[in-house]
Amino acid sequence: MPKKIRVLIAKPGLDGHDRGAKVIARALRDAGMEVIYTGLRQTPEDIVEAAIQEDVDAIGLSCLSGAHMALFLDVVKLLRKRKAGDIVVAGGGIIPEEDVPRLKKAGIKAVFGPGTPLGEIVAFFEKAAKGA
Amino acid sequence: MRERVPPRTRRALPGIRDLVKGLRAGDKRAAGKLISLIEDDEPEATEALAALHPFTGKAHIVGFTGPPGVGKSSLISRLVREFRERGKRVGVVAVDPTSPYTGGAVLGDRIRMTESGTDPGVFIRSMATRGHAGGLALATFEAVAVLDAMGMDLVFVETVGAGQSEVEIASRAHTTVVVQMPLTGDAVQVLKAGILEIGDVYVVNKVDLGDPESLIANLSFQIAARDGWTPPILKTSAPEGLGLPELADALLRHRDFLETSGLLRTRELSRAREEILENARRLLARQVRDLTSAGKRFEALAGRVVDRAMDPHAAAVAILRDATPKRR
Repeated sequence: MPKKIRVLIAKPGLDGHDRGAKVIARALRDAGMEVIYTGLRQTPEDIVEAAIQEDVDAIGLSCLSGAHMALFLDVVKLLRKRKAGDIVVAGGGIIPEEDVPRLKKAGIKAVFGPGTPLGEIVAFFEKAAKGA
Repeated sequence: MRERVPPRTRRALPGIRDLVKGLRAGDKRAAGKLISLIEDDEPEATEALAALHPFTGKAHIVGFTGPPGVGKSSLISRLVREFRERGKRVGVVAVDPTSPYTGGAVLGDRIRMTESGTDPGVFIRSMATRGHAGGLALATFEAVAVLDAMGMDLVFVETVGAGQSEVEIASRAHTTVVVQMPLTGDAVQVLKAGILEIGDVYVVNKVDLGDPESLIANLSFQIAARDGWTPPILKTSAPEGLGLPELADALLRHRDFLETSGLLRTRELSRAREEILENARRLLARQVRDLTSAGKRFEALAGRVVDRAMDPHAAAVAILRDATPKRR
C-alpha cells in the first residue's frame, strides 16, 4: 500500500485568521493526505513538538501578522536542534516579496502568497513527501 | 475499492533496535517514527512490535467514546493535566475519520490538547481510521503499545466521534469512559443497546448547558452493576475543570477494582485473544493479496469460474489449499 503523506498545518503567532490554513488543510485532505491542524496561536516550540510526535513529512506555516521572519525561522532552527531537519517546511500568508529570498535561504522550502492555485500547493507537498 | 493516495517513497529508517532503545529512553522522535512504521505497515513493523512486546502491559489503557462534539478531546486534555499534577506520565492516541472518497483526513483533536503539547511527560498522536470501522484505526492499539513501552502510566484512546454501535473500544481498553452531554435525546435513546452499555465510567459533560439531571436519571435507570462493578455517572465541564479530579479518581478506582477482583487478567486475556485474531486476519489478508498477484494459477481459476466449470467458493478453497502459511 502506498504510504500516507502526513502534513502539519500550523498557525504560529498571534493573528487569529485561519481561513487560509483551513482551505489548505481541506485541499490537502482532498488530495488524500492526512492533515493535522493544531489551531491558532501556536509557539514555534508547540509546532515542532507536534511535528515530531505526529511524525509528519512536512509542515505548512500560515502567518498573517507580519512576524513570519522571526516565527518561521524559529521553527526551522528548532527542527534542526531536535534532529528533525528532514521535515520540509513551507510558509504562506501575507509575506512581502523582499522577505522571500531570506526565508528560502534560511530553509523555508517554498512561500505561497495570496492567489496561489491550490493545485500548486498540493503538488509541492506531494513532492516534498517523496523527499524530492 | 482502491483509495486514491499519493505515493510516498520509503525514507531510510534507522534500525529498529535503535528506535526501541530511543523509545525506552523517552525519545519522542523515536516514538513518532515507530508509530508511523507500524501504521504504514512497513516490513519492519512486525520486528518492531515483537521488540516492544516485553516492555508493554504496564500502562492503564482508558478508552473515551461518545458522539462527535460531546467534548472528548477537551475532557482528555484536562485529565492529562490532572494526572500530570499527580506525577503520572500520559500518552494519548486520538482517532479521527478518513474520507471514504479520497483517503485523506483532517485530524483536529490536537487543537484541544495544545496545553500539554510540549510537556516531556506527555505524548499525543493523531490517527486516521484509514477505512477501519468501529471508531478506531487498525493500528490504534499498536500505537498504544508503543506508548506503553515508552513508560506511560496511562494511555488514553479517543475514538472517532462514535454513534450508537461503535463498541470495539470496550474489548481493547481496561477502562471505558462513555461521554454524553445534556439535551441530546429522550429516555428511549438511553435505553437503546450499544454504546450506552459499554461504559465502566459514564460522564455527562458540558453540564453548563443545563439540565444534566434528566440524562443522569435516564442513565442510572439503565446502568446495572456488572461483574461486581457499578459504573459511576459523573458530571463534568471541561473549561472550568468541573468534576475532573473526581473523574481521575474514578479511573483509578476502576483500575484498582480490576486488579483486586482478578478481572484485569480476564480483560488482558480477552485483549490478547483479539490481538492474535487481528494478526491472523492480517496474515490471511496478506496471503490472499499475494495469491491474487500469484498470476497463472489465479488467472486459470478465474477463467474456470467464468466458464462455469467451477464456482467462486470452490476456487477460493483451491487457491487457499496452495497457500503456505509464513510469518510475513
